[in-house]
Amino acid sequence: MTDHILSQNTPAARDIDIVRSRETRSHRFSAALRYALLTAVGLLMLYPLIWLIGASFKTNSEIFSNPGFWPENPTLDGYIKGWKTSTPYSFGTFFANTLWIVIPKVIGTAISCTAVAYGFARFDFPFKKVLFSALIATLLLPNVVTRIPQYLIFRDLGWLDSYLPLWVPSALAGDAFFVFMLVQFLRAIPRDMEEAARVDGATTWQTLIFIVVPLLMPALISVCLFQFMWTMNDFLGPLIYISSVDKYPISLALKLSIDTTEAFEWNRVLAMSVLSLAPALAVFFLAQKYFIDGISSGGIKG
Amino acid sequence: MARLQLRNLEKDYGSFRAVHGINLDVEDGEFMVLVGPSGCAKSTTLRMIAGLERVTGGEIRIGGELVNDKTPGDRGISMVFQNYALYPHMKVRKNLSFSMRLKRRPAAEIEQATSHVSNLLEIDPLLDRLPKQLSGGQAQRVAVGRALIKKPQVFLFDEPLSNLDAKLRASMRVRITDLHKRLKADGQQATVIYVTHDQTEAMTMGDRICVMREGHIMQVADPVTLYSRPANTFVAGFIGSPEMNFLDGTFEGENSVRAAEQVIVLGDEFTKRISGRSEHVTLGIRPQHLRIVAAETPGTIKGKLTHIEFMGHEVYLYVDIGPKRLIAVVPSASYDRGALRDDWVWLSPDPKGVHLFDRQSGENISLAI
Repeated sequence: MTDHILSQNTPAARDIDIVRSRETRSHRFSAALRYALLTAVGLLMLYPLIWLIGASFKTNSEIFSNPGFWPENPTLDGYIKGWKTSTPYSFGTFFANTLWIVIPKVIGTAISCTAVAYGFARFDFPFKKVLFSALIATLLLPNVVTRIPQYLIFRDLGWLDSYLPLWVPSALAGDAFFVFMLVQFLRAIPRDMEEAARVDGATTWQTLIFIVVPLLMPALISVCLFQFMWTMNDFLGPLIYISSVDKYPISLALKLSIDTTEAFEWNRVLAMSVLSLAPALAVFFLAQKYFIDGISSGGIKG
Repeated sequence: MARLQLRNLEKDYGSFRAVHGINLDVEDGEFMVLVGPSGCAKSTTLRMIAGLERVTGGEIRIGGELVNDKTPGDRGISMVFQNYALYPHMKVRKNLSFSMRLKRRPAAEIEQATSHVSNLLEIDPLLDRLPKQLSGGQAQRVAVGRALIKKPQVFLFDEPLSNLDAKLRASMRVRITDLHKRLKADGQQATVIYVTHDQTEAMTMGDRICVMREGHIMQVADPVTLYSRPANTFVAGFIGSPEMNFLDGTFEGENSVRAAEQVIVLGDEFTKRISGRSEHVTLGIRPQHLRIVAAETPGTIKGKLTHIEFMGHEVYLYVDIGPKRLIAVVPSASYDRGALRDDWVWLSPDPKGVHLFDRQSGENISLAI
């Protein structure tokens, strides 16, 4: 009886094995195809960057003669000469200038936007709706429209050729986009924890610092990241307000090396471009971890 | 001194009045349950006591002191929230001690209080975990611990058990009432206001229960009184399971009521209890106070048995009387399976368990004596 049952089962089991191995094979094939396609598209996207890095090790003449990205005679010439620049200042000065613009601006943005967003998301006050609409309206306003009046204000304040016009608006939550982003994030966080903190005896500011800011961390990190990248890449702001070369950030300094030399030393420009990309990339990869960590730990178990 | 008094407490949301001038006194050390269906403003009332909701009118006094304009932290209260509201980025230890750290208590005192509370609630092994690493029951205990460590004058619970499964809920119920007794025995002030929509929780936990409906207090009484002497149809229908049977009727003579085209005789004993006389009344009989009788006797109610639900220790019988359906609950032992579906049966109400309500106002008019 047992034998009978066993012999009946075997062919069926074999069939299952065949079907299963067939399925695995087709799974593998589709996975291979998917990854090949993704790799190809990824390479296509990355190619300009790869070429940039390759070309920064080429001599100036090779850049135009050799279209491939691999340098025939790799040289550090571009980096060494590019670092010295054609001005009395080395590229280090410009790096320091950039950081001196970026870091206070990021800190100012984080603090001011959090405070303003907390206010909008959690408190009722007169004209709240009107004020919030005004905030959103500034999001839709093209930047160019406000450039001239802003310039006039800062000129009258005597802030030209200083970093104040770059710092102050951000330190006063001038970046409506970030405020909006934080408000939206806050709205999704239940108020219970803040109420619990109030019952525990926390003041409004204590609640903000000890409870809301930690909960807001994922959003805050993205705000800082965005602000960092955008400020690093900002060209127009410094161009309008900064006039002395010793205060130039990287974005202006790069253009400087194009301007002043008669025959453009492209390899120097490219080498310095690579260097100027480095901080942004580094910060992004460092922050990425917190990004993901923050989002996954932000949930509240019910 | 941790008496809580509400005087003409009102709450408006725009033009909508959520709380209609309620008055409530909770004695020192009392376990008071606010119960009612959703939207009855029990949570709003609790949040006003906590100071999380602004008071539109009236007074809240804790220990005799007017606290209307005090911040939640200064009212001497602590609160356990429905979804625990633990601080997700702090370990259990820090969650417990947050209020003490805000007050800058010395480290040794914080340490001592934390270990005392965690011992009491058996959460010592959890102290170094994050809230997301806790189960529902554990998180609930931590939330209670966080309330306990403040040594408040009044504890507020906002439906604390509604996120737990049925089994855990039953054990937490016992744990909380036990804790309340223990705190009282230790001489700690332990006035509790407990909000729930679950009548089982209300009946099992409360020293007294305040039944609310649409921003009004319907009755405040201990569980036994609430069950046996409900003040109106709402309380009568809300407390007790299955729900009380209601039959609209009119008086027929001195001691009987005509309802569903039958005359139900209530007896002389019952007549003495009636305090008011009104033309249109509603008869209320708890399912547990209906007995099946073998054959027609005067004063019984005749109906058709439509469903029989066997619940183990008791049997639910659904009996249709004209268009109305009555439920009778009889002990399994006394249900002899004599009556079958679609049989005609006779129900005999126990006069002690019958209530008579004024149909207009819903007031119980059979509460004399």
